[in-house]
Amino acid sequence: MDITSMTAVEIGKKIKAKEITVADAVEAAIAQIERVEENVHSFVRIDKEGARKRAEEVQKMINDGTLTGPLAGVPVAIKDNLCTKGVETTCSSKILEGFKPTFTAEAVVNLEKAGAVILGKTNMDEFAMGSTTETSYYGETKNPWNLEHVPGGSSGGSCAAVAAGECAYALGSDTGGSIRQPSSFCGVVGIKPTYGTVSRYGLIAYGSSLDQIGPIAKDVTDCATILETIASHDSKDSTSIARESYDFTEGLVAEVKGMKIGVPRDYFTEGLDPEVKEQILKAVKVLEEKGAVVEEFDLSLVQYAIPAYYVIASAEASSNLSRFDGVKYGYRTSEYEGLHNMYKKTRSEGFGPEVKRRIMLGSFVLSSGYYDAYYLKALRTKALIKKAFDKAFASYDAIIAPAAPTTAPKLGESLSDPLKMYLGDIYTIAVNLAGLPGITIPVGKDSKGLPVGMQIIGDCFQEKKIIRAAYTFEQTKSYEAPELAKGDR
Amino acid sequence: MAKQYETVIGLEVHVELATKTKIFCSCSTQFGGAPNTHTCPVCTGMPGSLPVLNKQVVEYAMAIGLATNCDITQVCKFDRKNYFYPDNPQNYQISQLYLPIARNGYVEIEVAGQKKKVRIHEMHMEEDAGKLIHDEWDDTSLVDYNRSGVPLVEIVSEPDMRSADEVIAYLEKLRTIVQYLGASDCKLQEGSMRADVNLSVREVGAAEFGTRTEMKNLNSFKAIARAIEGERERQIELIEEGKQVVQETRRWDDNKESSHAMRSKEDAQDYRYFPEPDLVPIIISDEWIQKVKDRQPELRSEKLERYKKEYDIPQYDAEILTNSKHMADIFEEAAAICGKPKKVSNWLMVETMRLLKENGMEPEDIDFAPENLAALVELTEAGTINSSVAKEVFEKIFAEDIDPKAYVEEHGLKTVNDDGALEEVLKKVIADNPQAVADYQGGKKKALGALVGQTMKTMRGKADPVAINKKLQEML
Amino acid sequence: MANQITDETIEYVGILAKLELSDAEKEEAKKDMEKMLDYIDTLNELDTDGVEPMSHVFPVHNVFREDVVTNGDGSADTLANAPLAKDQSFKVPKTIG
Repeated sequence: MDITSMTAVEIGKKIKAKEITVADAVEAAIAQIERVEENVHSFVRIDKEGARKRAEEVQKMINDGTLTGPLAGVPVAIKDNLCTKGVETTCSSKILEGFKPTFTAEAVVNLEKAGAVILGKTNMDEFAMGSTTETSYYGETKNPWNLEHVPGGSSGGSCAAVAAGECAYALGSDTGGSIRQPSSFCGVVGIKPTYGTVSRYGLIAYGSSLDQIGPIAKDVTDCATILETIASHDSKDSTSIARESYDFTEGLVAEVKGMKIGVPRDYFTEGLDPEVKEQILKAVKVLEEKGAVVEEFDLSLVQYAIPAYYVIASAEASSNLSRFDGVKYGYRTSEYEGLHNMYKKTRSEGFGPEVKRRIMLGSFVLSSGYYDAYYLKALRTKALIKKAFDKAFASYDAIIAPAAPTTAPKLGESLSDPLKMYLGDIYTIAVNLAGLPGITIPVGKDSKGLPVGMQIIGDCFQEKKIIRAAYTFEQTKSYEAPELAKGDR
Repeated sequence: MAKQYETVIGLEVHVELATKTKIFCSCSTQFGGAPNTHTCPVCTGMPGSLPVLNKQVVEYAMAIGLATNCDITQVCKFDRKNYFYPDNPQNYQISQLYLPIARNGYVEIEVAGQKKKVRIHEMHMEEDAGKLIHDEWDDTSLVDYNRSGVPLVEIVSEPDMRSADEVIAYLEKLRTIVQYLGASDCKLQEGSMRADVNLSVREVGAAEFGTRTEMKNLNSFKAIARAIEGERERQIELIEEGKQVVQETRRWDDNKESSHAMRSKEDAQDYRYFPEPDLVPIIISDEWIQKVKDRQPELRSEKLERYKKEYDIPQYDAEILTNSKHMADIFEEAAAICGKPKKVSNWLMVETMRLLKENGMEPEDIDFAPENLAALVELTEAGTINSSVAKEVFEKIFAEDIDPKAYVEEHGLKTVNDDGALEEVLKKVIADNPQAVADYQGGKKKALGALVGQTMKTMRGKADPVAINKKLQEML
Repeated sequence: MANQITDETIEYVGILAKLELSDAEKEEAKKDMEKMLDYIDTLNELDTDGVEPMSHVFPVHNVFREDVVTNGDGSADTLANAPLAKDQSFKVPKTIG
């Protein structure tokens, strides 16, 4: 029995049925980590002993009936921007080296209550700024489908870990596509929920008005189950929303008859790799054959999402990251002359180039004389983008889009031209600006054998609809793992 | 003829609100405590922490806005003010710039019989910073975040004041209003009320304002008055010398009675305000405003009238008692306990005011329990101690908040009411002072005073001089 | 219109952001910022007159906490990660009064 090829829900069921123990699941994950981690480097920190100890505790609670949920005993990996009490949390940055939070992020607390066993913290682009997981201070993560390619980012470590079978599922965060894009590159499923669905308490902020935590797993059932577990109305997060329903697994229905699906013409233009386009349109056809009503339409404003996003996200980031100053936690430069020199040296040595670039841009657009021209203009653009989506969702239940213009690029190709890298987020960013939910599911592979993901976008609070569409498609195609995950067994 | 200058002053007053918890977390706002004990991830800017607004802060701010005739901003938001300083753990302060809680108000002041309106431009809610202590030993600074996140309301006036007297009158007025609302204790020395002074000068009759400076670190009314005078002189001197006044922030040093610019290349004073994404807007309905209005406690003018009617206190006394809410509270509580409002009023009007003045203190600084004052009144009324002992005991109450009953007992200060004992002493005094006795009996009534004095001395003050007087006359 | 970022601007933004850039980094930063701002300027093609700036996507408002003390002594946790501490306080270079 190969546990690492199972989905989280399957593992949970087997544990519950006493076919396997929690320790079996955890040891299988650890063995897989030991086998592939050297090549993939999904993790920045692995806590084998902690996981083994926790496995025993969870097993006891399953045995005595305290834990009965679908994820009890299932091993998970957590993105390194989610605080875990007493366990180093760095956002893959030098500036947080050695930082051990004194509390655990609410989403992770919710997982722990459900009996999750945490294996470790996954690699990411430094402070979630990047689309390749190459800006990490702790070295890049590689794509399990082809080690010469990037896994995408910023949740590249989480997605690669799931694809490589190093964990049953993982948590990521998505500010401009950081769950959906790497899920697409790694051939896994990822959901970015409606803004406010999962508490941000304990998520180290990048762009506060855009950040959301979400699940990454092998299939839609897992993702719906995990989302159901981590979502909550949290009084510690003022932007957390009390939703009418958290039963996301109710969306797991293979039925799209009559569902109205919009395909934005302006997303399928010359910027899109023809192979990616072909795979997605094929998947759309499948849904149409299943009874969905598919229609092309013009979403409009597509080219304005990225510039608006970089103004808003960089501005918020410049403020959010100002707390990293060498006074209270993390890195402090060894030699300095006075307070401001300490600040400057600490931050200049502690942050990587991409983070500095965005802090500089964010500080500039907020500075005296530029606020109206840049920041307010971007917020007005955001309002128009939201309106464009509102109009679309008046006609459609879901919108289908690519997750990225290409499949995973080669390592080292993207960082040389930041603007070009930013353009890769064109299909995911608008969703964050408008606060919408989006899911990425694998639909096929390109000629290089790299996975192609399809993004299904829903209206606010309509996760169940996109889960239903994704689940319906998934029934037509079984999960495919990269060769590396299968090993030589 | 020398030119005549007019001083133009506007004030930014910070008031620490009397909430139990901080503005964005459930840490105590209690003053004091070992460093960093009243802290949590939120008020120390820990990564991943998020603010949640204390509702009471909004209600206090609304109450102050309403009591100062402001319009309440019914869609109100928080903004981030970005600047690096170690007392500011996030390196941004959550404050309000674009949509502050209240705007366009005024208070009326009276200086030398002249009534005047001082307009309030706006008032906003924000979080206080931590404390920096200079460590002499290794020439570093130590940061304590106990005060970080204590709620503040900043009240920004228009440049409507023209003298230090007007400034003090405005501050006293604000303080009375805020204290009566129970929104703050407004102690300047402890920093729960702080004022920054924006000041410029111009030739009398000039249409335009001059360039203003902002003065910080003013922690008493006296310091404020001195700083205003000092800054006025400094600016006039610059102008007379043909130099420019530079718009800058200056720090007042009350010991040196001078100020210095707080400029540095690293302080760009460009705060990059933007809407706080971690907090949602506050929408204030008409009903909510009405509710806050309805809950408003008795204001000073109402209290003054009630004292006159209910306790038969004269106008002047009632004014002094109600000038400070703290004093009024002590008065009411002590009067309720001992049932002797006039006697309580007397102690506050005479001895308390004298001691405050002698110690350079404000009524807010009164630190004794009303129970102890009431007990003192009861002791004197019962004749347990005489008035000179009472004064001595009161000084102890004022300084150390002692329990007068225990104190009198411990120090043996009770008036000797034992007639036999007094008679014994008197017999001895009469026997020892034949000359004085003879003088008295010879018609020199003044001689009796010497005998009374002798008796008091012998009894170490514990006798009632009136009783001695009476008894002596009987015996002679 | 192409944006021109001067040395002074980069210097100034460095002061705001508390980042110290080497000369090479400054040149790089100037180029990056010019390029990004040119790109951001495409927003000017959009007519946003009369559009209310949107900071929060959802009309959620009035999220409050009651004024009740629930936190106890937090000093140990607060100082747990301090790079330098003394007397239960964070130690920093001397600040000017």
